[in-house]
Amino acid sequence: MAGLSREEVAKVARLARIALDDAELERFTDQLAQVLEHAADLEALDLAGVAPTAHPHGLANVLRDDEVRESLPRAEVLAQAPDVAEERFAVPRIIGEAP
Amino acid sequence: MNAIKVAGSVGSGATSAVEVVAESLERIAARNEELNVFVHLDPEGALAAAARVDERVAAGERLPLAGVPVALKDNLCVRGQPTTAGSRILAGWRPPYDATVVARLAVAGAVALGKANMDEFAMGSSTETSAYGPTRNPLDPTRVPGGSSGGSAAAVAAGMAPIALGSDTGGSIRQPAALCGLVGVKPTYGLVSRYGLIAFASSLDQIGPFAATVAEAALVLEVIAGHDPLDTTSLAEPAPELSTHLDDGVAGRRVGLCRELVEGADPEVVAAVARAAEALARAGATIEEVSIPELKLGLSAYYLIAPAEASSNLARYDGVRYGLRVEGPDVEAMNVATRTVGFGDEVKRRVMLGTYALSAGYYDAYYGQALKVRTRMIEAFARAYARVDTLLGATAPSVAFALGAKTQDPLAMYLSDVFTIPTNLAGEAALSVPFGTGEAGLPIGVQLLGPARSEAGLLAAARVLEAEEGR
Repeated sequence: MAGLSREEVAKVARLARIALDDAELERFTDQLAQVLEHAADLEALDLAGVAPTAHPHGLANVLRDDEVRESLPRAEVLAQAPDVAEERFAVPRIIGEAP
Repeated sequence: MNAIKVAGSVGSGATSAVEVVAESLERIAARNEELNVFVHLDPEGALAAAARVDERVAAGERLPLAGVPVALKDNLCVRGQPTTAGSRILAGWRPPYDATVVARLAVAGAVALGKANMDEFAMGSSTETSAYGPTRNPLDPTRVPGGSSGGSAAAVAAGMAPIALGSDTGGSIRQPAALCGLVGVKPTYGLVSRYGLIAFASSLDQIGPFAATVAEAALVLEVIAGHDPLDTTSLAEPAPELSTHLDDGVAGRRVGLCRELVEGADPEVVAAVARAAEALARAGATIEEVSIPELKLGLSAYYLIAPAEASSNLARYDGVRYGLRVEGPDVEAMNVATRTVGFGDEVKRRVMLGTYALSAGYYDAYYGQALKVRTRMIEAFARAYARVDTLLGATAPSVAFALGAKTQDPLAMYLSDVFTIPTNLAGEAALSVPFGTGEAGLPIGVQLLGPARSEAGLLAAARVLEAEEGR
C-alpha cells in the first residue's frame, strides 16, 4: 500500500466525526502511516482460501421469550442526557426551516 | 492485606469489614495524590457497604470475599457512581446500572472503594492516555504502572486494596500486573460477563482479576466467572473450580517454551523466563522448545482489528444520550465538536485507523486480511496445544519504563503488547505471574498461556513459580 496521504486522513477524520487542525493532520498522518507500514507484513501474506474469524467462538443470536420485564428507570437514564424535552433526548435542529 | 485472610477474619467476626475498609481508605489517602491511582473515591459509600457486610456476616451469611476491599477499573459501570473510562467524553456520567462483575463482587461480600485510573477507553499500555493524568508505579513513581489497567494494578501494588478488576483487550491486565509485580489473569473469552464493561473491542475484551498471590486471583475469578444471560457472548457454563486445583502442581505437564514469546525482550526478561522453565522442570514438567511463527503477525492484526471494532463501538459517543455535549448549529456540527473535544489523541488515532481499515477500497487489504490472520493464529495455537499443555513466555518486553518514554511514539508503545496480544485474538486464557526482578529491582512477569478453559492448570503452574520465589 502506498503511503497514507493527508487527504486520506482528512477524509477518515470527517467520516469519524473528528475535526483536525493542520498540525494535527500532519502529525496523525505520520503516525498512522507508521502503523500501516507495520501492517504491511499482513498484506504480503497469501491467505487465499483462509476463512476470516471475526469472533473467537463465532456469534449466534441469543433469544429470550418475548415477555414484559423491568427495564432501566426512565428518569435515571434521562437524567444523564445532555438535553431532554418531553421525556425524550433532545438534539439540535436536524431539518432546515421552510423557506 | 491478603484477601483470603481478610475474608476469613471478617467472616469469623475477628475483624469487622468497616475496620478493613477504613484501613484501605487510610492507605489511599496517604498516597493517592502522589500516584493518581483512583479517579473517583466514595469513602462514605464504601464504609456503608462495609457495615452492611458486617450485618450479613452477623446474620450468619457465609461470604467468600467478606469485607475485602476492591478497586474497580473505571470502565466498569457502578450504578450512580462516576464512570469515565478515563475519557473526558464521559466526565460526570453516572451509569443507571451495575456491571455483572460489580454485582457479583458485592454479593460475595467485597466492598468497592472507587474507580481506578486507566488509559482512555483502555487504549494504551502505560495509563498515560487517561484524560485524568497518568498513574505512577508505586514501586518507582518515576515509572509507569503499565496499562491500560494501570490504576487497578497500582492500587494493589500500593497496598490500597488486596484485589482489583481490570479488563484485557490486548494485554491490559497481564502487562500492568507484570510491571507492578502482581498476578493478573486474562480469562478465556466468554468466561466472565462483559455486561456493564464499557466496550473497546468487543471480540477481544475480557474482565479479570489482579492480586498479589495466585490463590487470591483464583478466588476472585471464581466469584466473577460463570454464565450471564445479559452478555450474549457469555459461555453457557458455570464458573470453573480453581481454588481446589491450586496445589495440583505440574508433574507430567508438557510446557512449551515459546521462541516468539521471548524474542526481542530484554536479556533480563529472557533470563527470567528461562529460569521459570527450569523451576517448572524441577517440579516435574517436561520442557520443550516450540516455535509458532504465526504469533509474530499478531501485533499487526490486532492494530487493525481492535481499532476497527473501536471505531464502531465509540460511534455511540455522539453527545445525544449521555456524557459530554459541545453545542453546534446542527446535529453533525454538535457530533463533531463533542468528539473533537471529548476524545484524546490516542482514541482519535485508533478511531481513524479503524475507520480507515474498514473503509471502501481498504477493507479487504486491512480488516479482511487481519481476520484471516486471526484464523491462522487460532489454528497455530491449536497445533501447539496438541503437543504441549501450556506455553511459557514473557509478559512484557521490559520492566516498567519511565513516564513519557513512549508517549510520542505510538508504534513503540504498541510493541509493549507484542507477547500478550495473540491470546486475545484466539479468545484463549493466559496469566502473568511475577518471577524475579530486573533493572533497579523492578519485577519481571512471566506469562503462562493455555487453550480455552485452561485457567485451573495455568493457576496451578503459576503457584509452582510463586512457591519457588518463597511466596
